[in-house]
Amino acid sequence: MNFNFKHEWIETNVGLMLVITMIVISIGGLVEIVPLFLIKNTVEKVDGVRPYTPLESRGRDIYVREGCYLCHSQMIRPLVEEAARYGHYSLAAESQYDHPFQWGSKRTGPDLARVGKKYSNEWHVQHLLAPRSMVPESVMPNYPWLLTTPLDTSDLVDRMKAQRTVGVPYSLTDAEYQRNVKQFGAETAKWLHIPDAQANLLKQAQEGNYDGDRTNISEMDALVAYLQVLGTMVDFSKYDAEYLMKGRGTP
Amino acid sequence: MSKEKLQSQAVQTTGHAWDGDLQEYNNPLPRWWVWAFYATIVFSIVYWLYFPAWPVGNGFTPGLGKITYIDEKGVQQTTHWNTRADLMVDLNANAKIQQPYFAKVQALPFDKIAKDPELNNFIASAGKQLFADNCASCHQAGGAGKVGFFPNLADDDWLYGGTYEKIQETITGGRHGYMPPFGEALSSEQIEQLANYVLSLSGEKVDAAEAAAGNALFHSETAAGCYYCHGNDAKGRQVIGAPNLTDKIWLWANVPGAETAAKKIEAVETVIKNGVNKGVMPAWGQRLKPEQIKVLAVYVHELGGGK
Repeated sequence: MNFNFKHEWIETNVGLMLVITMIVISIGGLVEIVPLFLIKNTVEKVDGVRPYTPLESRGRDIYVREGCYLCHSQMIRPLVEEAARYGHYSLAAESQYDHPFQWGSKRTGPDLARVGKKYSNEWHVQHLLAPRSMVPESVMPNYPWLLTTPLDTSDLVDRMKAQRTVGVPYSLTDAEYQRNVKQFGAETAKWLHIPDAQANLLKQAQEGNYDGDRTNISEMDALVAYLQVLGTMVDFSKYDAEYLMKGRGTP
Repeated sequence: MSKEKLQSQAVQTTGHAWDGDLQEYNNPLPRWWVWAFYATIVFSIVYWLYFPAWPVGNGFTPGLGKITYIDEKGVQQTTHWNTRADLMVDLNANAKIQQPYFAKVQALPFDKIAKDPELNNFIASAGKQLFADNCASCHQAGGAGKVGFFPNLADDDWLYGGTYEKIQETITGGRHGYMPPFGEALSSEQIEQLANYVLSLSGEKVDAAEAAAGNALFHSETAAGCYYCHGNDAKGRQVIGAPNLTDKIWLWANVPGAETAAKKIEAVETVIKNGVNKGVMPAWGQRLKPEQIKVLAVYVHELGGGK
């Protein structure tokens, strides 16, 4: 080395070594992550994607709590095999309100990105209670407590406020509500209004009767409500392949 | 390693010592490793040039690579290489192989499909795959169903009809089973009588007097009125999905699984009391293509019980 560089400077100075290591690692991170915030066409422009209703959102919390993402992905890749088995590939737009997203990276079980409305509520309930009663070769654990545990909704408003802080358009004020009416339509906007969260959750659970028992709202109600909405928001008959390719960016 | 040998080597140390005499060699990296490292750098440059890679402003460099595919309108398109266009190429290649068969299935009426040995082979394999992906979760791999949940598709008893057309209609639009609960309208004694009568229809051993009373209730216009949906002969009405009660095939009441006569009666009583508001079959019209549904209709029909 001509410029008289010495390992010793770094090797004998832990503080300097830490700083230089951080710089090297963060360059990789910055180059990969920052552009995604700047590139306008990362998220496709499609109609129908909305934030989760209070009940679905609580179901999603249970999905995360039980660690479903450890065995199930929610990301259909643009591969012909996955198109045949699961349907249309996942769009970035479809998880734009997911914080954190549930793409997953391990596929012990099938991908769930489009499981919504594929099976009946009864099937989901029975399958979550005892997977092998429905799919004999399944290795999924039983989740019997979902049906017997009442859904905790005491912190519902705080949870939605937290989601709002990170950019999910739940409305807190009237102005925000009006903005949602414009963006999602009046019917959807009602479900996203934080002051009505408790009533909305109750309403959806009563009407949907996801776990087959109307007398109480169980964690099963919430989880099945969440599973039944996965991948159903976008009407793909409205968009052709070229449009979605452009959404991904044709410079 | 002796001290003499150590000194004889030309390799330098890093030049600093710990604990007085602890030194570290500064060996060069193996040649092969260094060249492999340079090769990865060259590879990445080629990659950056060929594939979409670098973010620029609020766009990115599309790369020099091109991909040509046939779009949904049948027009040839060329764009910079991307995975979504690549999928179109693969889907088109797949469709090319299956298209002649699917087109034939779509064009021919059901009775002609059934008589075409080549199409039958196609349906046996494509239908099996479609059934496994979409239907087997509920109806099980061979279509045997689950008592208490999902009907058997391999027997010749059909809730909504077992013709090709009816099966196709069921798959496309879905179904929702419904029977009103009679727990409040009827006394437990009446429900017991009805259960005896219903079981007597399929030759189970029952209390004759109770069954006779149940028969009256079944056909009474004012009390239970079961005949309205299940028919005067209790053979069901497929238009509304009311099951035949005179055969030995059960969906909601697990009569075959009940060990004693009392348990059989109990199983039927539970259904009369609580009714049925399940038996939901999702609609597949949105998820599957019409020709896929037609393949499935034939496959399900041939599972054993098609009419």
